[in-house]
Amino acid sequence: MATHPSPAPSAVDPRYQDPRTIVDVLRSARSVAIVGLSPDELRASNFIGFYLRRHGYQVIPVNPKEKTILGETSYPSLSQIPVPVDIVDVFRRPEAVPAIAREAVAIGAKALWLQFGVISPEGARIAEEGGLRVIMDRCMKVEHARHLGRMHWLGFNTGVVTARRARELV
Amino acid sequence: MNERRRGEGEEGTRAYGFDTRAVHAGQRPDPYTGSRAVPIFQTTSYVFEDPGSAAAYFNLQEYGNTYTRIMNPTTAAFEERVASLEGGVGAVAFASGLAAQAAAFFTMLAPGDHVVASSALYGGTLTQLKHLARKLSLEVAFVDPDDLSAWRSALKPNTKLLYGEVIGNPGGNVLDLAAVAEIAHGIGAPLMVDSTFATPYLCRPIEHGADIVVHSATKFIGGHGTSIGGIVVESGRFDWSNGRFAVVAEPSPAYHGLAFYETFGMYGYLMKLRAETLRDLGAALSPFNAFLFLLGLETLSLRMAKHVENALGVAAFLSQHPAVESVRYSGLPSSPYHGLAAKYLPRGGGSIFVFDIKGGREAGRRFIDALSLWSHLANVGDAKSLVIHPASTTHRQLSDEELTAAGAGPGSIRLSVGIETLQDLIDDLDRGLCASQEVS
Repeated sequence: MATHPSPAPSAVDPRYQDPRTIVDVLRSARSVAIVGLSPDELRASNFIGFYLRRHGYQVIPVNPKEKTILGETSYPSLSQIPVPVDIVDVFRRPEAVPAIAREAVAIGAKALWLQFGVISPEGARIAEEGGLRVIMDRCMKVEHARHLGRMHWLGFNTGVVTARRARELV
Repeated sequence: MNERRRGEGEEGTRAYGFDTRAVHAGQRPDPYTGSRAVPIFQTTSYVFEDPGSAAAYFNLQEYGNTYTRIMNPTTAAFEERVASLEGGVGAVAFASGLAAQAAAFFTMLAPGDHVVASSALYGGTLTQLKHLARKLSLEVAFVDPDDLSAWRSALKPNTKLLYGEVIGNPGGNVLDLAAVAEIAHGIGAPLMVDSTFATPYLCRPIEHGADIVVHSATKFIGGHGTSIGGIVVESGRFDWSNGRFAVVAEPSPAYHGLAFYETFGMYGYLMKLRAETLRDLGAALSPFNAFLFLLGLETLSLRMAKHVENALGVAAFLSQHPAVESVRYSGLPSSPYHGLAAKYLPRGGGSIFVFDIKGGREAGRRFIDALSLWSHLANVGDAKSLVIHPASTTHRQLSDEELTAAGAGPGSIRLSVGIETLQDLIDDLDRGLCASQEVS
């Protein structure tokens, strides 16, 4: 990411936060498995699942404690999901990431997305070696809203500077 | 790569420069009309697509427009542009600079909290802190902003905020931003600064450690003396979950239990500032004023360069004039703030400063009366050159001691140097100064 806006403090390798990769991953994905999705409507993960579904993604909850979240069947683990998964979005502690990354490789996911504060260089390496693209310490909702959505409607610094006519908002 | 560059966000290469962002940031030419100017969305409210969307907007699950008291697309373009120029994560605009500042305070502070503020502040800010804040059970200590040990010794266990002006009004003190930010961060408190006199062209306080920057957009941002407005920018770097800011971090009773900082991370403070404080105080900026501020920002760099050039010329002229006792401008090598200005204001010390005329109060009155190009009024930061006598106008509510602490004597004259032809400004001042010394 270039110098504006100020990114969250992040010690993460910038290649895991490259805006071109982020936009390409967001544009090419259809289904997102959210590992650690909470059924609580006031938790950040629930906000993100709700938002992504509104924007046309097939959201697949992964949470062994729940039967359904956001009206979708919740699976105990990635390997039990019966449909193709494009992005594995992780809301778990960093220690849990390497195992999740191995599963993500095994099910043929296209990208591993680690949310704010979920920093795991080892998990990233496992996913990359398995052919996945990796985004780390970034929020999927914020990045979608910054680049493709309506975040600029609330006065946030999206970093997007352009003289090109916008496409219809998604 | 052949694809045309579409903004740093998509290209990820070098960030666009300040002047480019002053013209473009915040606006994406709209998909329906292609309008090149930012459209003025003069509407109170917005038609929802469906009931589900309406609920999602009010729940903040989706970024959407509900009501212009809380957000407006024209105002949002202005907010994003200022955030981009300051290097913040976002901004929220208000109906005035004082409203912006009050909202920034009340979003983070709770009754019983303690604030340490500079004593050299704009008179409106001083009365806001002394009287309004105290009515709301906030405790405020005022310190000499030049004395770092005074900032340190004023700290208390319940100190939640340090507050100052980048360039003090009217005394022209330059705040040692990095040092005061370090003192604030040492106790887990943010540093908030009013950067109205500097504008992001001269100083970007976030780069020096400030956490929140407020502006009266009425001044140089608008630039033409047409509109009242204010804005709050946040760095996104302050940790509101450090245990000292339950009002930002804990579930909010004013928003069905939403924990703003946990849910929105580095955007949490601004989200709360908009969705709660702006909603509840109601001091929304008019979209038309936001449009005028956007126009102002397009020429901010050009105007500020000329303002500063003229200010230095006027200050140099005054410092040689026999009718002038002293000139307090950080751009002059004789200023005690010259060193701090070189560090924090390398492009110039702004264009607002005070000088003292020989002969005190009566000479000051004769001086102002003899001017024909400088406008005598209570504003600063206009393209036109302005002059005022603080003791009888902007700082009138202050006692003599408070006035001196704020950096103005009873006979001080404050100038806001405009962008006219420098020699014309000097000639008019010379006429006034000669008249000021005539024995009646």
